[in-house]
Amino acid sequence: MAKQRVRFTFSAEMVREPIIYRLGHDFDVVTNIRRADVRSDVGWVILELEGSDEEIQRGLDWVGDTGVRVDPIAGDVIEG
Amino acid sequence: MAFVKGLKCRECGREYPGEPLNVCDFCFGPLEVIYDYVTISEVVTHQRIADGPISIWRYQDLLPASADDPVDIMAGYTPLLKARNLGKKLGLNNLYIKNDSVNPSFSFKDRVVSVAATKAVEFGYETLACASTGNLACSVAAHAARAGIDAVVFIPADLERGKVIGAAVYNPTLVAVEGTYDEVNRLCSEVSDNYPWAFVNINMRPYYAEGSKTLGYEVAEQLGWRVPDHVVVPSASGAMFTKIWKGFNELACLGLLDGVDPQPFGADQNTVHHPAVTTRMHMAQAAGCCPIVTAWENQQNQIRPVRPDSIAKSLAIGNPADGIYSLRVIRESGGSGYAVPESQVVEGIKLLAETEGIFTETAGGVTVSTLKYLAETGAIGADELAVAYITGNGLKTQEAVEEVVNPLHIKPMMGSFEEALENRMAARV
Repeated sequence: MAKQRVRFTFSAEMVREPIIYRLGHDFDVVTNIRRADVRSDVGWVILELEGSDEEIQRGLDWVGDTGVRVDPIAGDVIEG
Repeated sequence: MAFVKGLKCRECGREYPGEPLNVCDFCFGPLEVIYDYVTISEVVTHQRIADGPISIWRYQDLLPASADDPVDIMAGYTPLLKARNLGKKLGLNNLYIKNDSVNPSFSFKDRVVSVAATKAVEFGYETLACASTGNLACSVAAHAARAGIDAVVFIPADLERGKVIGAAVYNPTLVAVEGTYDEVNRLCSEVSDNYPWAFVNINMRPYYAEGSKTLGYEVAEQLGWRVPDHVVVPSASGAMFTKIWKGFNELACLGLLDGVDPQPFGADQNTVHHPAVTTRMHMAQAAGCCPIVTAWENQQNQIRPVRPDSIAKSLAIGNPADGIYSLRVIRESGGSGYAVPESQVVEGIKLLAETEGIFTETAGGVTVSTLKYLAETGAIGADELAVAYITGNGLKTQEAVEEVVNPLHIKPMMGSFEEALENRMAARV
């Protein structure tokens, strides 16, 4: 089983959607929230995902397709 | 020797030993170095600093790696130039340029990479790595060469050849990744989890970032151990911005600023603010990638990541790791943020070159245009002491200013020369 740490950023349109519930329900992925700041117009959640590499990737692709931004928890690692 | 006590989470405060870690296991918050400032205060003096090398390692007592055998290509101690011509143009009588474009690999990255590389060797790593679109790649490859260890540098596959050569010449393993910016970003994060390499800005990040404090120390030392009224700093991840502020406050708390009484650092070393540090911290970003400035302008407490679309590639970080912390520094210092319109980036480059003879890259254009805005709006007073940080060399982004090449084309005859010269002079009038 693999683990991946990610950060989801929700826009105003997405902030009320049960994205993390569906990620855990529709994919074979365990979600473990560690830190979050969710407000009415914007929000972010830092969480750990556990599952097979393929299933985590499938789940993250789905999250990205919903319009939620997915980033590594350390922020952008490509620097100028 | 380094006076490091360990690492501490900026969010939950949990402490860790001084190992190659960058994220808190509990809350996934970023880790920062914590120091034994009591011992440091017994050791560090102006004289000890002055007796040190002419590089960042003169501040060895305040850096997190041992200076016994640093990986040093002589980064730092760059010129602080009184900018009379630019100052006159902007109505600023006390303007200085910190010219960090003259570092060995031509950007401020040499400061942070020197610390990260030294720490990596200390930890026993045999490979130094990074993902970069320019300056960081050059610096990592150069320092690995100096240390005699391997370098692996990830670059986007479509990176301009001119930028690749500056890193390739040091003979690292160059990995050109095909894919979007986000895909390259994600891959490099995964690689760092799976390979026993020192990624300077990932698992070495707490140590790496501390190198930027030297930009604060040097300016204070070069000004005669005082801090400026204003600084203008280009920002991407926001790390350098926070570390310059930290550098000023460390000097003040240790009693190293002239006429300033020392004070204890308190429980949170990384947010300490000595009242004698009255510097206003101004952040410069380009409009095509300005998530921190946008949050400041909108009085938000969150940074909303953006997709970068800017000619200032070295500032193009859409999801800045230290965004929220740099936002706090802007507010605490009474500073500001400005998003330079993309069209004014090149104007800033040209203005600095034409007035002070310094050729900077696009990030420097962002800084100078921000400085101009601050002067024009009265945010910086005519007689206040202001320092603008120029962090990279113009030779790296020559394509941005190609339009300046406009020679007089003549035949090899005096008549041809004089005619062309006369026409040019007439055109200027």
